[in-house]
Amino acid sequence: MYSEKVMDHFQNPRNVGEIENASGVGTVGNAKCGDIMRIYFDIDENQVIRDVKFKTFGCGAAVATSSMATELVKGKTIYEALEVTNKAVMEALDGLPPVKVHCSLLAEEAIHAALWDYCEKQGIKIEGLEKPKSDISEEEDEEDY
Amino acid sequence: MKKTIYLDHAATTAARPEVVEAMLPYFTEKYGNPSSIYDIGAKNKGVITGAREVIAGTLGTTPENIYFTAGGTESDNWALVATAEALAAKGNHIITSTIEHHAVLHTCQYLEKRGFVVTYVDVDENGILKLDELKKAIRPTTILISVMFANNEIGTIQPIKEIGQIAHEHGILFHTDAVQAYCQLPINVDEYHIDMLSASAHKLNGPKGIGFLYIRKGVKIRSFIHGGAQERKRRAGTENVPGIVGFAKAVEIAQATMKERTEHELKLRELLISRIYKEVPYVRLNGDHERRLPNNVNFSFQFIEGESLLIMLDMAGICASSGSACTSGSLDPSHVLLAIGLPHEIAHGSLRLTLGEDNTEEDINYVVDKIKEIVEHLRAMSPLYEDFLAGRSHKPM
Repeated sequence: MYSEKVMDHFQNPRNVGEIENASGVGTVGNAKCGDIMRIYFDIDENQVIRDVKFKTFGCGAAVATSSMATELVKGKTIYEALEVTNKAVMEALDGLPPVKVHCSLLAEEAIHAALWDYCEKQGIKIEGLEKPKSDISEEEDEEDY
Repeated sequence: MKKTIYLDHAATTAARPEVVEAMLPYFTEKYGNPSSIYDIGAKNKGVITGAREVIAGTLGTTPENIYFTAGGTESDNWALVATAEALAAKGNHIITSTIEHHAVLHTCQYLEKRGFVVTYVDVDENGILKLDELKKAIRPTTILISVMFANNEIGTIQPIKEIGQIAHEHGILFHTDAVQAYCQLPINVDEYHIDMLSASAHKLNGPKGIGFLYIRKGVKIRSFIHGGAQERKRRAGTENVPGIVGFAKAVEIAQATMKERTEHELKLRELLISRIYKEVPYVRLNGDHERRLPNNVNFSFQFIEGESLLIMLDMAGICASSGSACTSGSLDPSHVLLAIGLPHEIAHGSLRLTLGEDNTEEDINYVVDKIKEIVEHLRAMSPLYEDFLAGRSHKPM
């Protein structure tokens, strides 16, 4: 069902954990649909993501996409990180089953949510970066895949 | 190679070697069509009758009331659709439960689209049908009550006798999906007031693709599969002779070993339940502890998600299943777990382990050790657990 890369990132997830006094934290998803991702950024004065950690409640694909997303943004500037799309995460994992595509979207949203939090704290405005949904338990009407 | 521990006997079972051996000649030298006049065909007619007798004997009925089908799903479809059609002039109302298998639930939805009205009676927090609500649901137009004997996910055994009694007091037909219960629990169709009963061979170490529908004498429902005159003109299609032979063999063995198997499974079940309760915090046993199939264990592990748990168990050589959305192909977790009142995130973290006679105490101890390890690992990366530890949310169960 899953590619070798997905299985590798699920079994050996990179960057699991928390960052104390993180520069930005974003939590997305909801328990109702079974996936919650939280990403922590440590961003230096040059707006480079020095460190990144994540925690995820979810399926194998949710863990693997979080892990890969953190790998893709590590060492990047916040502007470069914004360019990391769910498609890029999926490609880096050699694809996902169609029913799991929403996991990669969640990973993209988690990055954006953490960046939003950083920008809020720093008073930076980036065009196209929107406020994430405030409540992780907020209910969403999702279409079946 | 690592050992495989199979704990998904509610999904399917391996056919026993004796079953396969009994079937084999009917693929080759005894291949005749039972409807043919010559010896190699006609002899098989008698073979089928013999199998029918074996099965009828286990239910306290006579062979002519057993109709072979392609499995439990066909039996459920037949019972519901044919009853609805046969009794449409009398009424258009059907009663079932919220925790039925999809073979019943989706057939009910099909009938709803064709003008029938279905009431889905609720269950309590342990998954037992609310009998007072069942009584209240009965209307003058009610033609059928269909309630499963035992649930496939949480193992809850329903008060079948009482339900049958209520149905018959009101002159309503009673069907039960006994796919999980048949040959696991003693069943007598007269004592339990059952008019129709569905069962399947592959849940009891028989072959896949063969089942039966018991239809009480005098219940006038017609064919579901149309064609030839097989099964007393009620179920067309050349008989699956190898399947029928294998089914009867499996039933013979399962009936003969029921008592010791049940004792063995109960011992393992209680070991599994007590060790998990003792050694893993924030868990909940889903389903009634007492009124439960001897081979069923269903736990929810708070703060983690079921599919992750299943993949990691698989890597440890353990086959299990979950009511998580991710294993169902939709975004919703199991309708059974939601029906017993579990919040979504708890339903997503469920694990079903269903035992078989080949499982050992050593298997169970290994499985619990692995579950402990995996649950700890997954909780360590769960934001829900982090929030809980930080006192931010999520009361423990």
